[in-house]
Formats: sequence, C-alpha cells, structure tokens
Amino acid sequence: MKKLFLRLVLIAIVATVAPAAYAVEYAQIQVSKSSISFTYKQMNVAMAGKFKKFNGQLRFDPQQVTKAMASFDIDLNSIDTGAADADTEVAGKSWFNTTAFPAAHFESGSVKAVGGNRYDVAGKLSIKGQTRDIIVPTTLIEQGKVAVFEGSFTIRRGDFSIGEGAWAKFDIVANDIVVKFRFTALPGK
Amino acid sequence: MSNTAWTAPYTRTAKSLHWIMALIILDVMVMGFYMQDLPLSPEKLQLYSWHKWGGVSVMLLLLIRVSWRLTHRPPALPWMMSRLQQTVAHIGHLALYGLMVAIPLSGWMMSSAKGFQTVWFGLVPIPDLLAKDKAWGELLQTVHLSLNLTFIAILVAHVGASLKHHFIDRDDILTRMLPQGRNRTH
Repeated sequence: MKKLFLRLVLIAIVATVAPAAYAVEYAQIQVSKSSISFTYKQMNVAMAGKFKKFNGQLRFDPQQVTKAMASFDIDLNSIDTGAADADTEVAGKSWFNTTAFPAAHFESGSVKAVGGNRYDVAGKLSIKGQTRDIIVPTTLIEQGKVAVFEGSFTIRRGDFSIGEGAWAKFDIVANDIVVKFRFTALPGK
Repeated sequence: MSNTAWTAPYTRTAKSLHWIMALIILDVMVMGFYMQDLPLSPEKLQLYSWHKWGGVSVMLLLLIRVSWRLTHRPPALPWMMSRLQQTVAHIGHLALYGLMVAIPLSGWMMSSAKGFQTVWFGLVPIPDLLAKDKAWGELLQTVHLSLNLTFIAILVAHVGASLKHHFIDRDDILTRMLPQGRNRTH
C-alpha cells in the first residue's frame, strides 16, 4: 500500500513537472559547438568547405513553434574551401565580392512543425545584395538541457550571382550548393 | 643495307599501346607543366581534371601493356648490339615502365593529400589513397615533379637511342616499332 502510494505521488510529480521541463525556450547559440559547411560538385568531384565565423540569435520553444525565430550572419571572408588559392578567389568580385558584401544574412519567417522533431523554417537568405526566399528543413535533437538544430538545404549559386564572368557557366563548378548546418543552443532567458 | 640483321616485328597491339600511350603521356605532361602556374580559372580546373583523367588512363593502359608484354615475347635486340648496350636498353625500358606507374600513382596520392578526389572522365570516382594533409601534399608534389624530370631524361635517351639506331647503326630498331611497319600476327 505504502509503495503504491509513493508511486502515485511520484507519477503526480513527474506529470506536473515534466511539461514544465520540456517547455524550454532555446535562445543561446553556442558558436563553438555549431557549424556551417557546404558541399558542391566540381566537374563531378565532390568538394566540401565551411565558414569559420558566423553568429546569430534564435528563440525556439518546441511548444510554441509559431513564435520561433532565427537570424544569422555569416562572415564570408571566413570561408575555408579547402584550398588557399580558392579562398582568395571566392572573396573576389566575381564570387562573393566580400569588400562590398562581407556577410550573408538569414532571417527566419514562419516556422512550421512537420511532424516528429522536424520543422520547416521559411526565411530570407541574402547574399551579395540579393535576397531569396528559402525553406530550411530543420531537425531538433534535445539532449538533456542542450538542443541541436541541424539540417541542410540547397541553393543555386546562380540565383545570387556567386561566380560571375568566366565562372558563370556551371560545367566546371556546379550550380547547386548544399549548405549544411548544426547549431547547438542552450535554454535562455 | 643488305647486311642489316632484320629482327622480327612487334605485334600490332604492342605498337598501338606504345604509340597511344606516347601520345597521352606527351599531352598529360605538357598540361602538367603548363597548368600549375595558371591563375585559378575554370580553364585551370578543367586542365587539372583532364591531366588526372589522362594519368589514370596511362596506369590502366600500362596494366594492359604489361599483361601483353608478359604473354607476347617482344622481338630480340639486334645481335650486333654489345652485351652492355643490351643491358642498358633493358634497364632503360624497365625504368620507363616503372615510372609510368610511379608518376600517375604519385599524382593520385598528391591529389588525395591535397583534398581533391579524382573522378575519371567525371564518371568513375577513384578512391582517395591518403587523407587530406598539407605536408604530404607538398612532399608528393616534389616527388611527382622529380619522377617526371627523371622520366623526361630517360625519354630523351629513349628517343635519342632510337634515332642513333636508325641513322647511325642503320638497324630496324626504330622502324619495327613504327605503325606502318610490318606486324607480327601472333
């Protein structure tokens, strides 16, 4: 009897506390545990690179998805293409033109839960003075107090004039660029 | 030259492999020396790909060539060549065969170490032999260049020797390898 009573009390406590424990809003991005990388094809050879510097804000409460928001700035000069001469080349005018446009910016719009721990984050991506609407499929993995948001989406470099002039054709460097991200966030105030 | 000792001709296959590979190697080598100092451009990336496709092709053709060579005894060297000359000729040919493997292999390894996979003709991905590593990439670049310079030196001797045989010794060493020369049928 006593044992059963204890068990009921425990269930009651868990039932009360648990939703509160899950109703967490993640708001602090841990940049050191986050990454933005990309892959593309060069004459059908798979290439990979990353951006070493970026920052952003996000607010995400799995219970109140409609209030979620995310905003990111990516330092385009921090690109690591895997080859030094390419890093210099892509900073130049025909690629990112980082002197005039040093950062890429993403600003979220509506966020939609699409089942399980998956969300479609609509938003505007601005690169090199051009803004496009994109949808970013994102998976949320909650590990204790930490949340990991990860996913990938494909942009066409031609849409943002990334690689003009001699590079404008897609026979050498393909049009599709797959951007992969992984953001680690802690609950915030 | 009625007193010339005519040796048996090469097979058509042996001749074809010799000349096709000679053409590819010449192309690949000229590209290799030309492309490296170009500023980064689509043309440069294209040349690098072509160069690597050619190198892989040389390795594959060499495989066929060595198999053919092992199953089809080539015609003997003229009897008037001294023992020493014959030995030097054999060592030279062996070195050329060895370098035709070592040079593409070092290029392939360099490519892996520098982080650029090779996709043969843009279709067949060739596995990377090494993980990406800057120091290895630079070392292999030096190895690739040194092997090529060695190859060029032996190639000059190879061409020089064939011309000496033709114009000074007046034997059929050169003509028996020419495409329009006689073919052996087996």
